[in-house]
Amino acid sequence: MTAVALARMRCAPAALGLFSFVVLIGLVELLIRIGLINRFIVPMPSDIIAAFPRVVIEEHVLQRFLLTASEAFSASILVTIFGVAGGVLLHRYRLLRLATETWVAAVAAAPLVLMYPLYLVIFGRSALTIVMMGFTAGLAPIVLKTLEGLSGTRRVLINVGRSFSLTASQQFWKILFPAALPTIFVGLRLGLIFSLINIVGVEFLINFGGLGQLINELAERYDLPGTYAAICFVILVSICVFIIMERLERWLRPAD
Amino acid sequence: MAQTGRLILPASRPFSVPLRPVTTLRILIIAAVLVGWEALAASGLLYRDVVPSLLAIGRALVATLRDPAFYFHLGTTAYEIGIAILIGGLSGLAVGIALGGSKFLSRAYEAYLYYLGPCPKIIFFPIMIMWFGVGPGSKIAMGAISCFFPVALNAAGGMREIDKVLIRVGRSFRASTWQMMSKIYLPAMRHPVINGVRLGLGVALIGTLLAETKLSNRGIGFLVIQAYSIFNMPQMYALLIILFVISIGANSLIGRIGRLDSIKRN
Repeated sequence: MTAVALARMRCAPAALGLFSFVVLIGLVELLIRIGLINRFIVPMPSDIIAAFPRVVIEEHVLQRFLLTASEAFSASILVTIFGVAGGVLLHRYRLLRLATETWVAAVAAAPLVLMYPLYLVIFGRSALTIVMMGFTAGLAPIVLKTLEGLSGTRRVLINVGRSFSLTASQQFWKILFPAALPTIFVGLRLGLIFSLINIVGVEFLINFGGLGQLINELAERYDLPGTYAAICFVILVSICVFIIMERLERWLRPAD
Repeated sequence: MAQTGRLILPASRPFSVPLRPVTTLRILIIAAVLVGWEALAASGLLYRDVVPSLLAIGRALVATLRDPAFYFHLGTTAYEIGIAILIGGLSGLAVGIALGGSKFLSRAYEAYLYYLGPCPKIIFFPIMIMWFGVGPGSKIAMGAISCFFPVALNAAGGMREIDKVLIRVGRSFRASTWQMMSKIYLPAMRHPVINGVRLGLGVALIGTLLAETKLSNRGIGFLVIQAYSIFNMPQMYALLIILFVISIGANSLIGRIGRLDSIKRN
């Protein structure tokens, strides 16, 4: 088999996926045009595409994006500092770990985003509520993964450190922390994704902030093509962020 | 043997800590949190009632649990989540089996699921309102969309991990598609599917309840946002406590079903 045929075989599934997507959009457009789908419920894909430039310029998407990004960045800093520190603390004090690890796991499984009305009362309808919601949602996975990474350090590495008579601090920075980094990065990726999801979600729910609020505003104005375009924009931004985080994690992880 | 003994020692170390100090520490932490909370409530540092006294929260909890209207709202939410899991779970399972069973389909479509899965689903709510109205339909749809992705991705992963020998045995007995599904695929992939349902339940609960807080006149989400709008903080805390207990309980119950199955198998 030639190299060209091999490359074609590899690209065929991706091409089918893209082709199906385009066909689906074309089908929806056709069904709306012939009146089988109500255009007042589902706007034509061509109208949605046409609404993109309008939404970007008139609705100040760049500023909104930067606002959401700044909220996400603040939450990420908080969640990284407190999450990693929490994991290290639980690893350092074994009794504390035994007493609270199941609680942290339970918190990770709890629908924390439902606390947003409570945060609204405590922090007001402000960016602080959104940041704190992102922080709360992303904390538990980072604590658990940091703990998992530190606890999973190979015994032989710890023994090497001991044989060199390293101090507790040296043992942590030279042995434990570098060994745990890959798992900590997995936790960071999970935690930051949870934070981002909750930030956009709470922006939408409380009608405040950046991209989430944009969707809510357009929906309340019954600007259907605009609403769909804004949703597509948020999905694209989310996908880009996930891909970047994934690449970053792969890049930062030492080769096995 | 001596080596084995040395290897076992570190593994058995977590159990060497007696239960008493752990329990004591847990009680101390809970007591410190409760005392800190009560002190904050009495101090007046925050706006009045933002941090209500534990007694007020306890009273609200009892009042909520004794109120028949609460069970009507709980029933509504349970119904919405139940239908959402049924729709999202079954469609996720079907898509997962299709993707996991074919390398070609998996490479064509799974990336879409993988990247759409973690997107914030609540942003689809305006579309769901237009499609299914402001009633329970849009909440069920939100729950179903949320549940679909984890179930589909876990089922696809589980399908790929099925032992090829089992599939060959099924084929050698000339099993029909339905028999392959019920006798080979589903029993062999039950662990990832149960895990997917566990994750799906969590996100379906969030999707449905958030939709209820945004636009609804029934359900627990509606009660939470109503408590916020009339500034009934003890009731809001009581509702959040009930919600967390239910969600953590349901999560651990499904996890336990999965573990029980593993124990039986062993």
